[in-house]
Amino acid sequence: MKGWNWDGFFEYLTNTYILEGAAVTLGLTIAAMSLGLVAGCFVALLRMSPFRILNKIAYFYTWLIRGTPLLVQLIIIYTGLPQLGIKFSVLEATLIGLVMNEAAYLSEIIRSGISSVPKGQSNAARAVGMTDVQMMRYIVAPQAARIIIPPLGNSVNGCLKTTSIASIISMEELLRRTQVLIQEKFMVLELFVVAALYYLLMTTAWDLVQRRIERHFGRGYDIKADTAEQR
Amino acid sequence: MKPMIVLEDVDKWYGKSFQVLQSCSLSVSPGEVVVVCGPSGSGKSTLIKCVNGLEPVQGGRITVKDMEVTGARADLPKLRSHVGMVFQHFDLFPHMTVTENICIGQTKVLGRSRAEAEAKAAALLERVGMTAHARKYPIQLSGGQQQRIAIARALAMDPVALLFDEPTSALDPEMITEVLDVMVGLAKEGMTMLVVTHEMGFARKVADRVVFMDGGEVVEDTPTDDFFAAPKSQRAVEFLSKILAH
Repeated sequence: MKGWNWDGFFEYLTNTYILEGAAVTLGLTIAAMSLGLVAGCFVALLRMSPFRILNKIAYFYTWLIRGTPLLVQLIIIYTGLPQLGIKFSVLEATLIGLVMNEAAYLSEIIRSGISSVPKGQSNAARAVGMTDVQMMRYIVAPQAARIIIPPLGNSVNGCLKTTSIASIISMEELLRRTQVLIQEKFMVLELFVVAALYYLLMTTAWDLVQRRIERHFGRGYDIKADTAEQR
Repeated sequence: MKPMIVLEDVDKWYGKSFQVLQSCSLSVSPGEVVVVCGPSGSGKSTLIKCVNGLEPVQGGRITVKDMEVTGARADLPKLRSHVGMVFQHFDLFPHMTVTENICIGQTKVLGRSRAEAEAKAAALLERVGMTAHARKYPIQLSGGQQQRIAIARALAMDPVALLFDEPTSALDPEMITEVLDVMVGLAKEGMTMLVVTHEMGFARKVADRVVFMDGGEVVEDTPTDDFFAAPKSQRAVEFLSKILAH
């Protein structure tokens, strides 16, 4: 193929510098999703609390974060805030931005999942003597999870790709490292295709994980699958 | 004999203007079966949900076996672990098998071992005639079967009393008998039961007393035979003529 360098392509496909970049992308995703999930639960609880002032605070937070681009937020955190004497490292700024974003989006997903569990379920759980914490843990959360997992999976997939935006504040993840190599070697297409393949590999792997999780929380809902299991 | 369930002058409002329960008093002795009936909107379902604290009350006092249900000292999770409840829409936990449904309260609330809980579940399944369905999920069962599992789930906690909130209202007619049969069996064994139902045949057969409610008030509290022979209030006469007409 004219203009396409196969040797260069395969060399970069196994290049440790790029591989490390992909590992950073994966790490950022795992950190952003797990911290975002915890923070998202907290925001969701605020939104569902009976106290109006807490609802308002949570609503304001999601309105602000979801209404502005992550790119702008990252630049404000990393480049803008030092003007006020607040300084973060690249990694800190990246994580703060990503976690704040995931928390805002995930809180809405979690809230809708919890609201989808019928009131009769919490009454039945209470009626056998469960405390509110037990009710949440054994009855409400597993049923909410079934509703939450598909959109949550979308978020993981989105987050994997969104980490690339952090390259703008020089976070050394997959895209940034690809760009660094391009400036040295000028193999633009080959290197970007390698980066794209790594993203594709990671999102595909997640897809497989997600399907297993969905199957786990789906038990008791698919009458055919459940019946087959007993045979 | 000291009563098992006591309600004294219970008042309940929804919001500030609508009073659902007005000074309701009622008591159920150990081993007694009391049926609560009345037109829809009379407050009977609300009343029974107050007995285990699922609905808060604004006035009066409720106790079950000397445990407080109302007031600041009430320990509701503990109280509810001693009082079984069966709901109109069964409300089995859909993500758990039949056996898990019967075991979850035993293991997590009463602290029984898994083996102990499963043995109890197996015995109760046999009693409600559902042994063959032990490993199924609720979605795979008919309404009548689900309600029998819900009764087993309540019985697994070794309750001092059972509350039934219209247990057959959501069932197809051909499934009502299988549920009532289980309830009649419990009544005959001396279980203390408070039952909200329109099944007057069941009331006649096993109830010691019938409580008639209308407009949030206990209008009548009469021994069963007297209630059906000659209701005291005009409202009860009208109610009975409507539901016994066909």
